[in-house]
Amino acid sequence: MIEVKGLTKYYGKRVAVDNISFQVGKGEIVGFLGPNAAGKTTTMRILTGYLLPTRGAVTVAGHDMLSHSLEARRSIGYLPEAVPLYTDMTVRGYLDFLARLRGVAGERVKARVDEVIETCHLQEYADTYIGRLSRGYRQRVGMGQAIVHEPEVLILDEPTIGIDPIQVAATRQLIKDLGKERTVLVSTHVLPEVSVICERVIIINRGKIVAEDRIENLSAIVSGSKRVRLEAQGPVKKIAERLHQIKGVTRVAYEEERFIIEYPSGLDLRSKITEAVVQGGFTLLSLETVELSLEDVFLKLTVDEEGAEESE
Amino acid sequence: MRHILTIGGREFRSYLASPIAYVVTAFFVVGTWFFFLQYDATLAVTLTQTSMGGVFGNMFYDLIIILLMAVLTMRAIAEERKMGTIELLLTSPVRDSEVVIGKYLGAVGVMAVMLAFTVYFPIMLVVYGDPDPGPIFSAYLGLFLLCSSALAVGIFASALTSNQVFAAVVGGGIMLALWFLGSVAAQLPTAAGTVVAYFSPSGYLPQFVRGVIDTRGIVYFLTVTVLFLFLAVRSLENSRWS
Repeated sequence: MIEVKGLTKYYGKRVAVDNISFQVGKGEIVGFLGPNAAGKTTTMRILTGYLLPTRGAVTVAGHDMLSHSLEARRSIGYLPEAVPLYTDMTVRGYLDFLARLRGVAGERVKARVDEVIETCHLQEYADTYIGRLSRGYRQRVGMGQAIVHEPEVLILDEPTIGIDPIQVAATRQLIKDLGKERTVLVSTHVLPEVSVICERVIIINRGKIVAEDRIENLSAIVSGSKRVRLEAQGPVKKIAERLHQIKGVTRVAYEEERFIIEYPSGLDLRSKITEAVVQGGFTLLSLETVELSLEDVFLKLTVDEEGAEESE
Repeated sequence: MRHILTIGGREFRSYLASPIAYVVTAFFVVGTWFFFLQYDATLAVTLTQTSMGGVFGNMFYDLIIILLMAVLTMRAIAEERKMGTIELLLTSPVRDSEVVIGKYLGAVGVMAVMLAFTVYFPIMLVVYGDPDPGPIFSAYLGLFLLCSSALAVGIFASALTSNQVFAAVVGGGIMLALWFLGSVAAQLPTAAGTVVAYFSPSGYLPQFVRGVIDTRGIVYFLTVTVLFLFLAVRSLENSRWS
């Protein structure tokens, strides 16, 4: 649905997006993650046709964004980070205007606007001037304009920034619901959000993609290894020795009264570990796989990247 | 075409929602009234021979109108840039030219309403005298063409920036510069002067005021309009590269 190849964007001499390529398949919800100024907004602006790339190709819903921009734009719903609204219009007038602009047939416009008002829970404020709405409601109107023409692809730039926690939850649910039928690319720098909404993550830093995978695989990618935490009764040294002897184990540590055991992500040594402990005559109290949190992943990726660049 | 009307319609309504259009209209009508009365006061007894020429043909009146047009259009695109709503327009399946023409037509609509407000004065002429309708009509046509081209220049200036004041200054500046090319032309040797005068609206408007529908004048004003709308489109396209 979205295909990006070798995308590069310079602002003057400064490179904002540096030769990135990725794909988002039909029906996927993909998180676009990165610190501020990583190049998320620039990338999204290019995907939606607002900016032209310095180099590279973008295809959305089968239409090339450079040569068939209008067709490509027709299939995109876009919520810019700033939530642009005409404050001198009513909610209904605004949605009506954008529905017509995006090619909703004249006789369908009214019904479609009513649907969107309902979907975004704006019934009470349908005839209120947008300038009088609170931040949270403005955000909903912004979501409304993104979906009013029933686009196949949704591109949402920081959709939950600056609104209160209850509305954040509602917005996330809305995005998940929309994602059932549509392709969604959603940018954020709020980590928990990604694991709630998305199936897959693309992490970008300093204009480059530093990681791209399904959420559950990301932690493994970072360390290249799996990690289990073990609680056992018995002399620490002896248990550690036995654990070391298991074939494949790369590291054993003892932290906070637990053993931390690491081995390559291709293996599953949990049964061997259990055996080793029990056959050694010790008591196994617990064994669990440790997930690196997305924060760990993110920090590791972005910090490593910076370190690498500084050492160059 | 549908998109142009959608954008133009929204633009027109948004003028009605902003104070600027009312202020500009008030100046327009009061200005016309002022110049009309001055004219009227000196020729009060012989109203039979009058037209709108004394008002529309007055250079100060024209300069005020030109500046009002620059003020009217200053927000057209600059405000969209400032509020970020330009992102909605430029990511919708609409050509940049449709955005510019729609906005232009919205402004022309407001200007036409303003002109309509001044129809009160020729009606007075008709009621109290026996004016020749020809020169009144041609004077209105001339003023309409002058305002139309000034609006196109204003739209262009507004496309350059997110600062409305800057847009007004640039738009008004360009029109004033074009106008005073006429005065420059008068100081130049005849051959050069004639050429330079071609580029100034100040030479064409008096023809209309006198009752002559001058084809060269029509071509001139339409050329200025098309040229600056084209430049406005280029300016929008350019911002996609920045």
